[in-house]
Amino acid sequence: MTVLSLANVAVYYGPVRGVVDVDLCVDEHEIVALLGANGAGKSTVLKAVSGLVRPRAGTISFRGEDLKRVPAATRVRRGLVQVPEGRRIFPALTVRENLELAAFGFGIARAARRARLESVVERFPLIRAHLQKLAGMLSGGEQQVLAIARGMMAEPKLLMVDEPSLGLAPQMVESVYDLLVQIAAEGTPVLLVEQNVTLAFEITSRAYVLQQGRVVLAGHSAALADDPRVVAAYLGAGGAAAR
Amino acid sequence: MSWNTVGPDVVAGLFLGAFFALIAVGYSMVYGILRLINFAHGDFYMAAAFVSYSILGAVTLGTRINWGNVVWVGIVTMAAGGVLAVAVERLVYRPMRRAAVLSLMIAALGVSQILENGVLNIPAWGSNYLPFPVTPPTTGFDLAGVHYTWTQLGIVVIALVLIVVTYFVVNHTMLGTAMRAVAQDRAAATLMGINTDRIISLVFFIGGALAGAAAVMASLYYGQINYLMGFSIGLQAFTAAVLGGIGNVAGAAVGGLLLGILESVGTGLFGPQWALLFAFGALVLTLWLRPSGLLGERIGQRV
Repeated sequence: MTVLSLANVAVYYGPVRGVVDVDLCVDEHEIVALLGANGAGKSTVLKAVSGLVRPRAGTISFRGEDLKRVPAATRVRRGLVQVPEGRRIFPALTVRENLELAAFGFGIARAARRARLESVVERFPLIRAHLQKLAGMLSGGEQQVLAIARGMMAEPKLLMVDEPSLGLAPQMVESVYDLLVQIAAEGTPVLLVEQNVTLAFEITSRAYVLQQGRVVLAGHSAALADDPRVVAAYLGAGGAAAR
Repeated sequence: MSWNTVGPDVVAGLFLGAFFALIAVGYSMVYGILRLINFAHGDFYMAAAFVSYSILGAVTLGTRINWGNVVWVGIVTMAAGGVLAVAVERLVYRPMRRAAVLSLMIAALGVSQILENGVLNIPAWGSNYLPFPVTPPTTGFDLAGVHYTWTQLGIVVIALVLIVVTYFVVNHTMLGTAMRAVAQDRAAATLMGINTDRIISLVFFIGGALAGAAAVMASLYYGQINYLMGFSIGLQAFTAAVLGGIGNVAGAAVGGLLLGILESVGTGLFGPQWALLFAFGALVLTLWLRPSGLLGERIGQRV
């Protein structure tokens, strides 16, 4: 079953084009990569899906439902969860507050929230020792794990992760990626935005490559991994023509 | 200069400071969440005073004070102050959510003028100094040769209780955590499923309600109200918030009390014409010497 699908989505920032003609889908149990160079429009796609920007054209549907009139916060409550670029944890709140907050908007009882916290901490042992610390005191890698853990507090039906490897040490990147694989294996599909293609192809089944606001390549990760057009798209030479 | 000359001024400064603090907390919370210096905040206080004046006038026979009436009118006035603040946010500031902060501030000046002139144009209110319908009794206690009334004591106590409750809500409840999160990063808070508009409304409501409480108490204390009463106290509350470190509840409270004492002692030493000079002198000095205020703007305590 298709969890998320975008058809002909276009986003503009005033007169400036963000993305156009984006068609994309994520099915259950998949990890799908959204690739592209800096400024290609990857984060814009996620913002549109989350409802932080309003598309000028096209349809975004989540589990068969058109999201056009669904406010951003409501999308999260329905399970459409984004771990934004740069982690965006709340540095001046404690780790525990960061986590609890992520389930607060759901109107669930305090006990249920605590239970969720307990099960998320169970799964992210790295977090447990730091619960009472201010989140801003964590290292970059720990913050990234916290950001993903925070996403899991919302019990997502789709987890979108924007550039989780940015600024992390290679070992840390590996463990963050392991987490994503594990999350997908447990039934939550993942839409992964990455600049680092080599890494992304390792854990994803399919990938889309954006260049200058358009999807220029789409297919199975294994096939794309050897496709010279991917490199071309990154270098900005002839990527669009190659389609 | 001995305690006998300055002491009574310090105590009187606490009364004044209690009003400043109540208004400053709302000022500061709104700043924390929207980065907006809401120049209309003092006029929430003013408008609330008129609301309490009319309700209390309608239910009071003679001038004998009925504390039961004062209490429920006080609560209704707090609600009215809160609703007014929420309405202003909803109708004026929310449509400007993506505008520059400077535009918001200019809009706030506009709202201030609209509220003042709105009150001015209501026939029952107008431009005169109106005597507050009830006068508190003068019974009380003596301290170092100066007489204080129970009402004065009650005002300071209630103000402190309201501020402590606000502090607790902001710093020790999930709702308060949500407010602090929205203040730190609104988009990230949205991605947590938090309805940020509702949180912002709530902050305005709390600020307006505290201003409403201050309005009832100050009207009782001074015995008269006027449509311009919100202007200077608004600026003084802003000063108090900056003095304490704008954006956090504790800072606003400390700044309010301190400014009240400073003004009162200054008035005692040099005469009442110096009062505002002290207040704004303090503002300039703070901005000059310690722009983050006494308690600093630790991001953690914003809102």
